[in-house]
Amino acid sequence: MSRHQISVSIDRLRGKRADAGPTRRMPGDDRSCPKCESHFRADEMERNCYVCAVCGYHFPMTARQRLDHLSGGAGWEEIGGELRAADPLRFIDLQPYTERVQAAEAKGATEAIIAASLEIEGRPCVVAAMDFAFLGGSMGSVVGERFARAAEVAVAQNVPLISITSSGGARMQEGVLALMQMAKSIVALDELAQAGLPFLMVLAHPTTGGVWASFASLGDVTYAEPGALIAFSGPRVIEQTTREKLPADFGLAERQYDHGHVDAVVDRRDLPRRLAHLMMILEQPPRDEAQSLASQLAQNGTERAARMAQALPSLTRRFRGQSESSSAGEVSGS
Amino acid sequence: MSVSTHPSGRGGRFVRRIAGKIAGAEVVSGDIWDAIQLARHQDRPYPLDYIARLMPDFEEIHGDRAAGDDPAIVAGIGRYHGAPLAIIGQQKGRDAQDRAYRNFGMPSPEGYRKGMRLMELCDRLQIPLVTLIDTPGAFPGAQAEEHGQGGAIARSMMMMLRLSVPTVAVVIGEGSSGGALALGVADRVVMLENATYSVISPEGASAILWRDAAKAKLAAAAFKPIAANCYRWGIADAVVPEPEGGAHTSHDEAARFLDGYLLRTIRELQAIPRVDRNRQRHERFRRLGAQREA
Ligand SMILES: [Zn+2]
Repeated sequence: MSRHQISVSIDRLRGKRADAGPTRRMPGDDRSCPKCESHFRADEMERNCYVCAVCGYHFPMTARQRLDHLSGGAGWEEIGGELRAADPLRFIDLQPYTERVQAAEAKGATEAIIAASLEIEGRPCVVAAMDFAFLGGSMGSVVGERFARAAEVAVAQNVPLISITSSGGARMQEGVLALMQMAKSIVALDELAQAGLPFLMVLAHPTTGGVWASFASLGDVTYAEPGALIAFSGPRVIEQTTREKLPADFGLAERQYDHGHVDAVVDRRDLPRRLAHLMMILEQPPRDEAQSLASQLAQNGTERAARMAQALPSLTRRFRGQSESSSAGEVSGS
Repeated sequence: MSVSTHPSGRGGRFVRRIAGKIAGAEVVSGDIWDAIQLARHQDRPYPLDYIARLMPDFEEIHGDRAAGDDPAIVAGIGRYHGAPLAIIGQQKGRDAQDRAYRNFGMPSPEGYRKGMRLMELCDRLQIPLVTLIDTPGAFPGAQAEEHGQGGAIARSMMMMLRLSVPTVAVVIGEGSSGGALALGVADRVVMLENATYSVISPEGASAILWRDAAKAKLAAAAFKPIAANCYRWGIADAVVPEPEGGAHTSHDEAARFLDGYLLRTIRELQAIPRVDRNRQRHERFRRLGAQREA
């Protein structure tokens, strides 16, 4: 058997033929794989979790698609869905912030994160999924607030919190208030920790800036999707600031794994199974079961202690005998 | 009104000046740019300048016990009004050589981990912690990334949030990005009169939002990152006065003003039971933000 797997892409071959239809290589088409140029129908995309069936490239996913995928289509209950971005600084760069928000909302999403309680393969949990399509997945006040409420609902329902990140960092148009959402997310995670509940992280492309420098770095177990850029400062900023020449795979999930910042690189199609498996491992036994286990351990302990106590007098006697004889020796020597 | 006063009695005039700034109309862009220049003035006191005046017998610690020592962060312990106190701060350099050595006050993960070493010590030995924030941001470098810049900042915030001792964060110059906030999750967050606190430096923002590095002035005007605004937004709990003209005109006087505020605030925080203090710290950061409901 060959050491290398041979995969033949019909799409790729067709794409290279002069008479290939233009639909196969339409630039900017979000169903064309940027890596291998394969093109998929919408239903093919959805069935394959927006992963290229030919080369494994992970396409971007919206937060809703994420929740639908994880819940297996069984539905989810949104948390903090009524929250919308405000404009505390009345911020204008090349375009007023309010217009940017309106344009992003017009595309269907309400913010750069959706939090919901749902079940993954029958295991209840709360998931906070980010959406890069909404203003670069940037973390403003609503993202911070929805994340915090997600953690609070997880505590109230006594279930794990899972987050899937895809973000360029803090939302600059909300200024220093956006920065403070990093701290707010940390407060939320501390509440979760005090309740003894796990926080599972999935780093999707890209997870950078303030999101990576806050909650996204603090997963109890951290998965990353293949090829996801994970960085505090992006490669472009680093190259501009330090004039370093960076390798092509700088900051990518596989390299971050090599550097010890990620527990596993996980194919998106495996995520529901892997996350459910983690939750299965981490689930505490029901209270009465836990008590019976504890009392069983205690009973074992008592029996062992009793056995030791029986053996103890002889040990003690032997020890005392030695010390008596040594002190006697001293007396006789003086 | 929580404008700071100081013991020498001159507080009244300064308090009136700052109260005027806080209560007054929003500052125009020119003044904001002036404030940013003051916050970055090359003669402005840095942490070691304050430390020399507040705690002459300061003992600096070095190294993160894993990879190295980061001169962009100074950390250590000293006697402060008859009791131990710990300080962590970002240190910029004053001349060209020193600036390069201090990496322009841009910390690496080693620096944050050195800070966390000190935080752990504070928690165990029950020593209050003061942080002095002055950085254009955490260092954007390949090695910093590989050594875990993001995780170091996140863990520094989490550790500060959980500390069982009183904590005060003082923005003494420019506080930019997560690199500043890593030392900013404290019981009280205060800003010096001419300090700034922002999500990103004006230069960084102008390159990203305006796609033109020369638009820093526009970015500064849009962010309005000055102390009076941060007080309005609830980011800063108090504004500490500086000498007339700015902290660079007299390091001694600037240190005296800070001393007055710190002493009173640490005593105030020590009077709060530990559990309440910790809960209030959580609530303080849980509240921050601005959103509407659909
Ligand atoms: Zn492909």
